[in-house]
Amino acid sequence: MIGAIRGTLRFGFEFIERPFERLFGAQLNPLAQLGALGFFFFWIVTVSGIYLFAFFDTGIERAFESVEYISREQWFHAGVMRSLHRYAADLMVVMITVHLLRQFAYDQYRGVRWFSWFTGLPMIWLLYGSGITGYWLVWDRLAQYVAIVSSELLDRLPIFGEPIARNFISTGTLTSRFFTLMVFMHIAVPLFLLFVMWVHILRISRPKVNPPRMLAAMTLLALIGVSLWKPALSQGHVDLTKAAVEVGLDWFYLPLYPLTDSWGRGGVWVFLGAFSLMIGLMPWLPPLRRARAAQVDLAHCNGCARCSEDCPYEAIRMVRRSDGLPFPTQAQDSASLCTSCGICVGSCPSSTPFRRSEELKTGIDLPDFDLKTLRERTIEAAKALSGPNRVLVFACDHGGGRGVVGAVHLPCVAMTPPSLLDYVLSRDLADGVAIAGCAESACFNRLGIVWTKQRIAAARDPYLRARVPRERIATVWASTLETRRVTAAIAAFVQRIAALPHKKLRSPQAASAAFVQPHTPPVSTEAGSAP
Amino acid sequence: MSYLRMAGQFVVIAALFAAVAAFSDAPVYRQTPRGSAIVMLTFVHSADRKADCRRLTPEEIQKLPPNMRRVTECPRGRRPIYVELDLGGRRVFQASLAPAGIAGDGPSKVYERFVVPAGNHDIAVRMRDTPRTEGFDHERRGTVTLSPDQMFVIDFRPENGDFVFR
Ligand code: HEM
Ligand code: SF4
Ligand code: SF4
Repeated sequence: MIGAIRGTLRFGFEFIERPFERLFGAQLNPLAQLGALGFFFFWIVTVSGIYLFAFFDTGIERAFESVEYISREQWFHAGVMRSLHRYAADLMVVMITVHLLRQFAYDQYRGVRWFSWFTGLPMIWLLYGSGITGYWLVWDRLAQYVAIVSSELLDRLPIFGEPIARNFISTGTLTSRFFTLMVFMHIAVPLFLLFVMWVHILRISRPKVNPPRMLAAMTLLALIGVSLWKPALSQGHVDLTKAAVEVGLDWFYLPLYPLTDSWGRGGVWVFLGAFSLMIGLMPWLPPLRRARAAQVDLAHCNGCARCSEDCPYEAIRMVRRSDGLPFPTQAQDSASLCTSCGICVGSCPSSTPFRRSEELKTGIDLPDFDLKTLRERTIEAAKALSGPNRVLVFACDHGGGRGVVGAVHLPCVAMTPPSLLDYVLSRDLADGVAIAGCAESACFNRLGIVWTKQRIAAARDPYLRARVPRERIATVWASTLETRRVTAAIAAFVQRIAALPHKKLRSPQAASAAFVQPHTPPVSTEAGSAP
Repeated sequence: MSYLRMAGQFVVIAALFAAVAAFSDAPVYRQTPRGSAIVMLTFVHSADRKADCRRLTPEEIQKLPPNMRRVTECPRGRRPIYVELDLGGRRVFQASLAPAGIAGDGPSKVYERFVVPAGNHDIAVRMRDTPRTEGFDHERRGTVTLSPDQMFVIDFRPENGDFVFR
C-alpha cells in the first residue's frame, strides 16, 4: 500500500521534474535544491526579521501601530522586509512539503536514512510554531483569531490550570503576559529550528545548504518583486468585543485552524498526533531490506581517504592505522550510516580489475556485491555482446537504465571504478561503454552522478586514464520514466561508435602484470589514476 | 545561458511565488454565519469548600494529637459546580463542572461558545456552588441586543459573587 503510494508519487515527480530540468538545467533545478532553498528562505526570514524587530514595539498596546507604521509609512524598506519575512516563511512551508514528499517518493527515507527523515518531524512542528507565533505578534484581527483558536487548542490539552483562551475574549482579563511570551517564543522557536536543521544534515556529506548563486539571485529578486506587487498587510486592530470570525487566513500556516470548527479541537489533536506518529514510524514501515554495509579490508587500504571523501553519507571515517602498515591512517566504515551504495568501491585505488589474482580484493567492498562479482558480471555481460559495435551498459538500479537487458546492474553507477571502464575497452570486451544512471537532478545516492562525471573528466581521483578514448564512453542520465530515452541514447551511441575508426586497444604490459601480493599496499598508479 | 532561458526561469519562479503570496491571506475564512453573534459562557470558579465541613465529635477530637486538634474537618476535594444557561427561554447549556486537579481541589472551569443570530436575546444564567440540590446560589437574567459579530461574554466574578455581562 505504502509502496503503491510511493510509486504513484514518484511517477508524479519524475513527470514534472523533466520540464523543470529542461528549463533550469540540472544545476539550477529548484526541485533538486529544495533543502538548500529551505536554508536560503530561512536566512531571508532571519535577516528581514532582525530588521523588523528594530521597528517593532513589543508591548501589546503599541505592537499593532508599530507594524502599521512599518507597512505604511516605511513601506519602501521596512514594508518590503515585512513582505519578504512573510513570503519567505510561507515558501518554507511549500519547500518542506515538497521536500518531504520528494524524499518519500524517491525512497530516500528508509534504512540508515531514517535519521534525516526522523529529524524532519520536529522541524515541521518548529516551523509551524515559528509561523503561528509570528502571526500573533501583529496583534490584528488575524492575530486575535490565531490567539483564540491556538489557546483553545492548547486548552484542550491538560497543561494549563485556567483556560488561557479567556485571556483573549474579554477586555477585562487581557494581560500582556502572554503577548510577551509570544515575542520570546517567536525568537526562540526559530533558533531551535535552526539547531535541528543543523542536526538534520549531520549524516549527509556535502549537504546542499546553499542554492547555486544564480538560483539564489533569481529567488531573491522574485521575492522582492512579489513583495512590491502584494505587500503583506495587517487586518485591522484587535477588538476583543467583536469576534474575529472573518479573517484572511494564511493557508500555509493555518490550514488546520478552520478544521477546529468541523472536527473539534480534540479531532485536530488526534489528526496531529496520528500525522506525527505516521511520519515518525514511516522509515520502518516497512523496514528497508538492505544489502550489508561496506567493509574495509585493511590489507588493501593505503589510507588515501578517497572513499571517505566520496561517501555521500558520512559513513567512512579515517582513523589511526591499527595494523602496522606504514600509513598514518586507515578507513573505518560505520554500518549504521552506510547505505551500501558502493560509491566507495569505485573510489578506492585498490579497485583495479586488471589484477590477475583469483580473489580480486580491494580496500573497501560490498560483501553482498563485491568487486570480484562486478568484474565477473562485466565479463559475462560482455561475452553476450556480439556484432561489430558492442556496447556494454553499466546501469544504476534506480535510473532509466534499470530495465536494460544485458546490462551490468549496480546500486550506483559510481560503484564502477574508472579502471573497470579502462579494462572493458583495453581488453576489448566491448567497443564502447554506456553508463546509465538516475536523472541528473535526482541521483538516488546523491553524489553518484557528480563523481562519475568528474572521474571521466579526469577532474577527480580516481581518474579515468588519459589513454581511454572518451568517445567510446557515453553517459545517459534518465529517470525511470525515460526508458525510451535510454534505449535511444544507447542506439545513438552505437551509431557514433560505428563511425569511429576501428581502434584495437591493447592493455599495456604494466597493467596486466599488476598483481598485488597479499599485505602489499596498493600503489596508486595501478588504480588507473595516473594520467 | 541565453537571456531568454533565464527570463523563462525567472517567470516560473516569480509566478510560483506570486501564487504563494496570494494564498497568504486569501481566501477569507468565515467562522460563523453572517449576521450572527457569539455568546460566550466562561468562568473559572471554585466551589465553596466550607459548606462541606463537618463538626468532629468530642471522641474524634480526643484521638487527634494535641497540637493538631480542631473542631471541624473539611474535605480537600471540592464539589462540582452546577450551571445552566437559557437563551431566549431555551436551555442551551447545563452541566455539572467537575473541579480541576488530581485531588479535585482545583477550580471548576467552563468555556462554551454559542452562535446566535444578531438581535435581542433574553439571557438567563444560574449556578449552584454549595451542597444544596434545589435552587441556585447565583443567578442573572437580562435582555441584550447583540450586533453582528459581537462577542458577548458571560463571566463570573467570585469576589462579588455575581455574573458579569460584557
Ligand atoms: C526546514 C526544513 C528542512 C530543511 C531546511 C531541510 C534541508 C535538507 C537538506 C539541505 C538536505 C540535504 C540534501 C542534499 O544535499 O542531498 C536534506 C535531506 C533530507 N531531508 Fe530535509 N530539510 C527540511 C525538512 C525535512 C523534512 C520535514 C523531512 C521529512 C520528514 C526531511 C527529510 C529529509 C531526508 C530524508 C533527507 C535525506 C535525503 C537522503 O538521504 O538522500 N527534511 N534536508
Ligand atoms: S557503500 Fe556508499 S554509503 Fe556505504 S560507505 Fe561506501 S560510499 Fe558510503
Ligand atoms: S585505500 Fe581504499 S579503502 Fe583505503 S582509504 Fe583509500 S579508498 Fe578508502
